[in-house]
Formats: sequence, structure tokens, C-alpha cells
Amino acid sequence: MQISGQPIYPDKLRDKLLDEAAGAYVSFEGWIRNINEGREVHRLEYEAYEPLCVSEGQRVIEEALSRFSVLHARCVHRTGMLALGECAVWVGVSSGHRDEAFQACRYIIDEVKTRLPIWKKEHYADGDSGWVNCERCASHGHSHEELQARISDRVR
Amino acid sequence: MSKTLTIRYFAIFREHAGTGEEQVTLDVETVADVFALLKDRHGSAEPLGHCKVAINDEMANWDATVSDGDTVLLFPPVAGG
Repeated sequence: MQISGQPIYPDKLRDKLLDEAAGAYVSFEGWIRNINEGREVHRLEYEAYEPLCVSEGQRVIEEALSRFSVLHARCVHRTGMLALGECAVWVGVSSGHRDEAFQACRYIIDEVKTRLPIWKKEHYADGDSGWVNCERCASHGHSHEELQARISDRVR
Repeated sequence: MSKTLTIRYFAIFREHAGTGEEQVTLDVETVADVFALLKDRHGSAEPLGHCKVAINDEMANWDATVSDGDTVLLFPPVAGG
């Protein structure tokens, strides 16, 4: 698990997962999108508390390695100000077969998003800005279940 | 019992507190007590259930007890990815 203030280059990271016993490689890249919940986004600012991101992220990766019996797994998350289209997070997994690689990759990104102390501030086209998941959940008092339901709706 | 604690704030909590770190002396038992007192002091509205806490760089449950001299890290709702 790595926290980085520098751009992520997935091709270089992928090479670290090479293994002659691997028949599959699955990766996920999270990119900066130009719109969120109907508002035009110009850039995103990420803040992380690195010591706990690394220890908790490493725990997530070790859980994935043992749960899905994959060969190698890594994750890198960006900090700082990111422009549209930049890669904010990368997860890579190599394994003997594809099924477990897909599952482990999905597990890692889902856990990283909910467990690591990372925050993002959206800077909007109209000059306004806001911390994601903060002002909204506070002002509307959404329960965790409501948020989960909204997330599931969006995925569907 | 009064305890002197170092509190570290992140993201929106830092903006509310106007500082990333402060020393406070509070009459508290658990980190949930710390959260409740400082939330009122700094005008934060994020519900406890959406937030996380660490004591001395270890993730903790909200019912964990704080000791004099501890560093408490208050994490607002996370949003990685």
C-alpha cells in the first residue's frame, strides 16, 4: 500500500506483479470525473493520513491475499490536487486464474474506499468547493443504510 | 477526571477547528465523549456514526477509553477512491 503525491503510472506498477505462476492480471483505476451529483467538477483535492492509510491498506491487501488466494496485490492512492482525467487510485492483482483476481481487486478497492483515512474536496466550476460525504451527510443526517442504498442505486 | 489530550483534526474537521492540532483538557472517559464535546465547541455537524477515530495512531472504537497524554485523531467521513 502506497500513498503518493506524484502521478500514478499503472504500467510501471503492473510490472511489479509479474509472476510466472500468474495466468491473470486484473487492475482498477479510479479517474477524476468532470461531474458529481449534477455539479460540474473542475478538480479534486485529496488529503490522507499516511501512517494509518499504509497500515490499514496493508491489512486490506493481506485480507485479499488470504481470502482469495491470489499471488500479488498492490494499491496506490494519490494525494494533492488532481486534474480531470488523472488517476486517483490504482489497484493491481495477479493470480493463477481470473476469477480470484477479479474478486480480490474488487475487494481491495471497496475496502480502501470505506476504511482508509482519505478525504476529497471537490472544486466546482462555479468556484464553490466541498468535502465529499461531509456537508451532505451532516446537513441531511443520512443514515449509513440510506447512503448505502443511494450508492447501490448508482451502481445499478 | 480531567485529562490533557492532543487532538488532531483532518479535512473538514481541521477547517471547523481552524487548526490541525490542539491540546485540550477535558473531563472525559471515552473517545465518544471527546468527539461530542469538541463537535459542539467547533460547530461540526457530522454524525459520529459516519466518522472514525484513532488513539496514538491505532484505529479505535468509539467506546475506547482515553488516558492522560493520549493523542486522539478525529477523522470525518472518509471518501477515498
